[in-house]
Amino acid sequence: MTSVLTFFARRLAATAGVLAIVAVLIFLLLRLVPGDPAAIIAGDSATVEQIEQIRDGLGLNRPLVVQFGIWIANVMRGDLGESFVLKKTVAGLIAQRLEPTVALALSTILFAVLIAVPLGVLAAWRHGGWVDRALMGFSTLGFSIPVFVLGYLLIWLVSMKLGWLPVQGYRRLSTGVLPFVLHLILPSLTLSVVYIALIARLTRAAVSQALTEDFVRTARAKGLRERRVLVRHAVANAAVPIVTVVGIGLAMLMGGVVVTESVFSIPGLGRLTVDAVLARDFPVIQGVVLLFSVVYVLINLLVDLSYPFFDPRIRV
Amino acid sequence: MLRPFHCLRATLGIVTLSAVAACTSVSGQSDNTVLRIVPGADLAILDPYWTTATVSQDHGYMIYDTLFGMTADGRIQPQMVDRYDTSADGKTWTFILRDGLEFHDGQPVTSEDVVASLQRWGQRDTTGQTLLASVAGWDVVDARTFRIRLNAPYGLVLQSLGKPGANVPFIMPKRVAATPADRQISEYTGSGPFIFKQDEWKPGEKVVYVKNPRYVPRADPATGTAGGKIVRVNRVEWIIITDPQTQANALAMGEVDYIEMPAFELYRTLKRNPDIQMLELNALGGQNVLRFNHLEPPFDNVKVRRAAMAALNQEMFLQAQVGIPGLSRPCFSVYPCNTPYTTTAGMDDLAHPNPRRARELLAESGYSGMPIVLLHPTDSTSIVKLPPVAAQLLRQAGFTVDLQPMNWKSVVARRARKTGWNIFITNTPGVSMASPIDSYPLGGGCDKAWFGWPCDAELERLKDEFVRAADEGERKAVAELIQLRAMEVVTYVPLGDYANPVAARKNVTGLLPGPQTMVLWNVAKE
Repeated sequence: MTSVLTFFARRLAATAGVLAIVAVLIFLLLRLVPGDPAAIIAGDSATVEQIEQIRDGLGLNRPLVVQFGIWIANVMRGDLGESFVLKKTVAGLIAQRLEPTVALALSTILFAVLIAVPLGVLAAWRHGGWVDRALMGFSTLGFSIPVFVLGYLLIWLVSMKLGWLPVQGYRRLSTGVLPFVLHLILPSLTLSVVYIALIARLTRAAVSQALTEDFVRTARAKGLRERRVLVRHAVANAAVPIVTVVGIGLAMLMGGVVVTESVFSIPGLGRLTVDAVLARDFPVIQGVVLLFSVVYVLINLLVDLSYPFFDPRIRV
Repeated sequence: MLRPFHCLRATLGIVTLSAVAACTSVSGQSDNTVLRIVPGADLAILDPYWTTATVSQDHGYMIYDTLFGMTADGRIQPQMVDRYDTSADGKTWTFILRDGLEFHDGQPVTSEDVVASLQRWGQRDTTGQTLLASVAGWDVVDARTFRIRLNAPYGLVLQSLGKPGANVPFIMPKRVAATPADRQISEYTGSGPFIFKQDEWKPGEKVVYVKNPRYVPRADPATGTAGGKIVRVNRVEWIIITDPQTQANALAMGEVDYIEMPAFELYRTLKRNPDIQMLELNALGGQNVLRFNHLEPPFDNVKVRRAAMAALNQEMFLQAQVGIPGLSRPCFSVYPCNTPYTTTAGMDDLAHPNPRRARELLAESGYSGMPIVLLHPTDSTSIVKLPPVAAQLLRQAGFTVDLQPMNWKSVVARRARKTGWNIFITNTPGVSMASPIDSYPLGGGCDKAWFGWPCDAELERLKDEFVRAADEGERKAVAELIQLRAMEVVTYVPLGDYANPVAARKNVTGLLPGPQTMVLWNVAKE
C-alpha cells in the first residue's frame, strides 16, 4: 500500500512539472503564431483604430512577460481567466462542454469494449476460422472509413430513413435519461467503430499469444473446461495491453473529437477548442490545453495503477 | 405471474413507447410555440455596438428597439419615435418617443436613455461618428422628448438613426449605455420584442429568447425592421449547428424550423423537399468585394489596380460561388443593384472584362512580376470559391499569384496588418453597401479607412458633400461622383451581387422580407 502511495505521489509531482512545461509552451506558441484576437473580435467592417482599442482592452499590448505573469498567477489561484470573445470564465465554458465530451467518450469506449473484447477473444480462440477472417475484414474497414462518412451514412439510414434516432444535438442528463441516451447512440456508434477495430485486433493478438503459453497447455492438460481456460487464463493474461489501449483511447476521446462533434452538432470540448483556436481566444485555448494535459496524465496514471489488478506479478 | 419472455416483451414495449415520446419531444414538432432557428454564425459577442458581426446585430434586433426602422422597400419610418420635427434651418431635430415604451425590467424608456445610447453608438459606429461630428448638443426636453442640435444641416439624420446594418443604433437603458465604448456591456436589458435568457445561453450550443410581454407594438403592419413587431411564438431558440449538411438534415427531420444561411450546394436538395420552402427575404442580398492592399507594392500603383480590375469577370465569380440561376447577378455598381444610388457610371472596365486589355494595362504599369499574395479562406462556404477564380484571371492577365490557403479568421487577422498581403476577398450584406456613408470599402481615409487603407482626399471630400446634400436628388448626383472617383482610383472591385435564400419548414409562416434576414417577430408556426 505504501509503495502505491509513493508511486502515486511521485507521479503527481511529475504531473506538476509536465503542466508547468505545457503552460509555458502553449503561452509562447500562441503568441508566436500569426493572428490577432482583436481583429477577429472587431468584425468585418472594423477600422484599425477600433481593433487597436480592443487590443488595448484585452491587455495584448502589454509586454509578453507581464501577460504571462498575470496569467500564471491567476492559474495558480485556480482562475483560468476569461474568454476574450465570450466574456465568460474559461472554467465555466469548460464545465459547460465537459459533460457532452465525457458522456461521448465513456459511451464510445463502453460500446467499443463490450463489442471488441468478446470479438477479439472469439477470433483468437477460433484462429483462422470465419469469425477471425470476418473480424480482420471489419477491422480493416473500421480503420479505413472516415468518421464523417460513417456518421453521415448512419444519420441517413437510422435517422432520416428509419426515423429511429435524432439527427443531431445533445441532451444533458438532467433533461432525462432517455433523451440523453437517444442523442448519444449514433455519435458513440460512429466513433466506436475505429476503437472496436483497434481493440478487437489487439485483443485477438494478445489472447492468441496467451493461448500458446505453457500455462494454458497445463490448464488444458489438467482437464479444465475450455471456457475457464479462455477466461481465467488466456484473457486474464492478455488484459494488460488491452487496458493500456483502452486507456489511451479514452484519453484521446477526452481530448475532443471535432469531426464527430461537428457532424452530430455536439457542443463538446473539441468544438470549444477549435472555435477558440480559430478566434485566437488565448485564455480558452490555454485553459483547455492544460485540462487535456491533466486528463492525459491522470488516465495514464490510472492505467498504470490498474496493472497489478489484472496481473498480480506486476508491482508498481 | 409473468413469464420471463413476457416480462422482456413488456419492458421492450415500454422502452419503445418512451423512445417514441422522447423523439417527438426532442424534435419539437409538436410544440408550435417554440421557433428553432439555425443562425448563420454562432453568437459570441452580445454588445451590438462593440462588433460589426451581423449575428450580433441580429441579436440586437431581438432584444432592443430602434428609434427608426427601415421598411422592406428601403424607406425610413418612425419606430420608437412617435413624431419628429426639424427646424427651418435644418439644424435642430426634435423627437418625441411613443407612449408606453418600457424596458424588460419594467422601467420606462426615457429621452435620457436614448441620448446616452446614441452617444455610445456614435463612438463605435462609423456612420454614428459622422453624425456626431455634426452634433453641437443634445437636449433632454422631458421624459419623452429630446432634441439634437447640429452645427450644420445634415441630410442623413433619419437614415443614420434607422440604418439596419452594423452598427445599428439600438436603444439601451442609460446605466448600460454608460459602459465605456472600449468595454463590452454586461447587462442585456432592452425594450425590444424579445427578452434574452442569459441563464440559458450556451455559446456554441444555444441562444434563447422569450416573448417580451411588456412590448407594445406599433399599430402599422410589420415591414422590414419597421412597423408593428408582433411576436407570435413564446420562445425562440437559436440552435448552433456548424455543419451545413447537418443543418439540412435537421431541417428535413423537423428538428429545426429555419436555416438562415443554407449552403448553396444544398439549395437544390432543400428545394426538392416538399416540407421545406426557400425564401428570398433579404431584398438587397450580399455583394462580393475584392480589396487591394493600397500600401504594398504592386497595388500601391493605381495602374496595376486598373489592370487587375480589367481582368476580373463577375460572371465567372458568381458562377463558381453560387451556380444557381436566379440567385446571383452581375452588378456594375458599387451600390447593390436596384438600390436608390445604383449607377453604372465609371464601370466600363468591369462591365467588359478583357484579358488582353488587362495585359496591356499591366505592361504599361511597370509591374515587375513580383508575386502577389491572395488570401484564400478555405472554411468560408460563401467565399471559398472566389479567390481561386481571381487567381486564375489575374494569372491570365500576367500577374504572378501566390494563393495562400487559411481559415477565415486568419484572413481577418492577417488583413489587419499593413504588410504581408496584397488582396483579400469577402462578401458583405447589401444593406451595408447601399449608401456611400455606410459602405466601408468606399472610403479613402488613409489610416482610418477599411483594411487596404486607400488614401484619397477627393473621395473623402465627396463623401462629406454627400452628407451635406440638401435633398435626395443632389445626394444621388454626389453618389454617382463618388462611384466615378472610387473606380478611377480603384479602391476596390465589386464582384457581383447574390441572394442567399433562407430555408424554412412549410409550417413556418409570416417570415418578412426586409433588409435583414433574421426578423423573427410576426413569425408563427402552424
